[in-house]
Amino acid sequence: MRHQTFFWFILPSLAAMILFIALPLVSVVVQSLHIEHEQVIVTTENCGPFGCTEESTVDTEATAQLRAKQPLGRFAGLSTYFDRGHLASAEVSEAWQSNATWGGFFADLYNLPFYKALSFTLTYTFLVTPLVIVLGLLIALGVNRLKPVLKGPTIFVSLLPMIITPLIGSLILFWMIDAQGVIGKTLQWLFEDPELSLKASPVLTWITLMVYGVWSSAPFAFVVFYAGLQTVNSDSLEAAMIDGATRWQQIRYVVIPHLMPLVVFISLIQLMDNFRVFEPIVGFSAEANATSLSYIIFADMRSDITRFNSAAATSVLTVIGVAILLAPVLLRTWRDFKGKAV
Amino acid sequence: MPNPAHRASRSVVFFSSAFVLLWVIIASFPFLWTLWGSFKVQADFFSKADWRYALWGTRTLIETGDTFTGAGYAGAWIQEEFWRAAINTLVVVFFTVLISLTLGTLGGYALARSGQKYAFWLLMIALIFRAMPHITLVSGYLLPFFEWNLWGHLPTSIIVLVAINQPFTLWMLHSFFLNIPKDLDESAKVDGCTQFQAFRHVIIPVMWPGVITTGLFSFLLAYNDFAVTSMLLSEENRTMVPAIYGFLGSTQEEGNVMFAVAAVVSATAPLFVLVMFFQRQIVSGLTAGAVKG
Repeated sequence: MRHQTFFWFILPSLAAMILFIALPLVSVVVQSLHIEHEQVIVTTENCGPFGCTEESTVDTEATAQLRAKQPLGRFAGLSTYFDRGHLASAEVSEAWQSNATWGGFFADLYNLPFYKALSFTLTYTFLVTPLVIVLGLLIALGVNRLKPVLKGPTIFVSLLPMIITPLIGSLILFWMIDAQGVIGKTLQWLFEDPELSLKASPVLTWITLMVYGVWSSAPFAFVVFYAGLQTVNSDSLEAAMIDGATRWQQIRYVVIPHLMPLVVFISLIQLMDNFRVFEPIVGFSAEANATSLSYIIFADMRSDITRFNSAAATSVLTVIGVAILLAPVLLRTWRDFKGKAV
Repeated sequence: MPNPAHRASRSVVFFSSAFVLLWVIIASFPFLWTLWGSFKVQADFFSKADWRYALWGTRTLIETGDTFTGAGYAGAWIQEEFWRAAINTLVVVFFTVLISLTLGTLGGYALARSGQKYAFWLLMIALIFRAMPHITLVSGYLLPFFEWNLWGHLPTSIIVLVAINQPFTLWMLHSFFLNIPKDLDESAKVDGCTQFQAFRHVIIPVMWPGVITTGLFSFLLAYNDFAVTSMLLSEENRTMVPAIYGFLGSTQEEGNVMFAVAAVVSATAPLFVLVMFFQRQIVSGLTAGAVKG
């Protein structure tokens, strides 16, 4: 295909991506370097019989005018990045000096909003991803053994948790785990504790969110693995069996190596998707006990006074996180590509 | 695999069937329960006394005189005007899918036929864009959209969703076009067609299976979106998912939770129908990405 033809074919798609993905990233960086204008202070001198006093008042009108004229605010450099709401350099170094133990240091760190969100996001990403892969593989192995008549309906039901709107899916589960909902009541009965509530403690909230994450993503891994299982070479399975391999050994040494490329693919997609975990926190109203990076950006934009600069700084830090997460994959692809070219 | 050598011992069959059965229950029970409960009153769905009230509708019978009630649906659709949100969703989803596919087919076709280095790099950049959390992009739009008076309108959300959708659409259609033999459009070009004519007369007639599958995933992305629509749409323009989120804000009043439950069930129904009719396409779409890697 000629370069010019290629260019015209790709242009609309490329323009959309540049305008609404690349430029917003630039906009986020610019916003994060600015901060809202300070209030305009007017100093007036009141002179009475006992001498003069200076009085400062906020000129609300002038402040509003200035802020409306320059909504971006004034240039603030990197100061937003290091304030208490983000990297909190001062607080971190204080926590480092005042705590002799790692435990105390991390406890202090966890009280800072950015680190609190980061710790949940990372825990969620790196626990849910492997659990999704394992559960998806088990379901795929199970469904693969079913009678053909049962396979269709089973796959239909299995797809439901995945295609459901994330906010709606988490709401459905949230209502069920409510202390007065069906799962909440059952758990109270199981543990003989009428006060048990999954919403009360941070640990239980984290577990609930991760259970939701596995529930909603396992079908994706299942479908991919299931398709992979259809292409397992039956000759190698038979050979393994003749050599005396047990069922477990067949899976371990024939099936799993065959599925390995799919594991890489699922991990890549899952790492990207889990890192932006957001809707479950809204659906489960879990913000008191668990926040994610995406959630604190949302909260900054939703608050009464939209904190553009704060949301933007968190966004930039999140994008850096995504870049670190993707770096190994991109490096590998690049090496493969170079290897192919040579 | 109907091979006698694969016949497993009875215990393996038992455990694997039990496991699949357990998974089927875990996957479907929440939906069945919520569907059933949406026809009850709040005192049954969230029962202080006994969870079985929700099954038999004990309080519903006392409060409404019947064991089923459509009060939640009436409240959501008529009183809270959920139909407006449904229409907005229809508009947003229809145009997002249409525009996504138009742009994506042209771009995906070019990427599949180019074979140049820059096509590879474009795909890599699309992969990076695919990984961007949507809410970080939204935080980039908000201030400029306020300034340029673009905020709150349906077309703004549509074009934003199209753009966010592009990386995925490009990847998927690119891999579908790779499966269409190159000889088809090459021979058309030998016969004197331009590249676009070859695309128009030779490729378009055979590309529909791939386009339909990709369209399903564009539909799901637009329909399920919360980050973009909740931040970029004004109250009267909002779609179903942010509207349901809005119901939650006013849950304090008795009965409003059931409005949200009814709305949730209403918004889930189209997805059920979709999976029922397009199960094969969804499965093949999920695996297409994996096989091409």
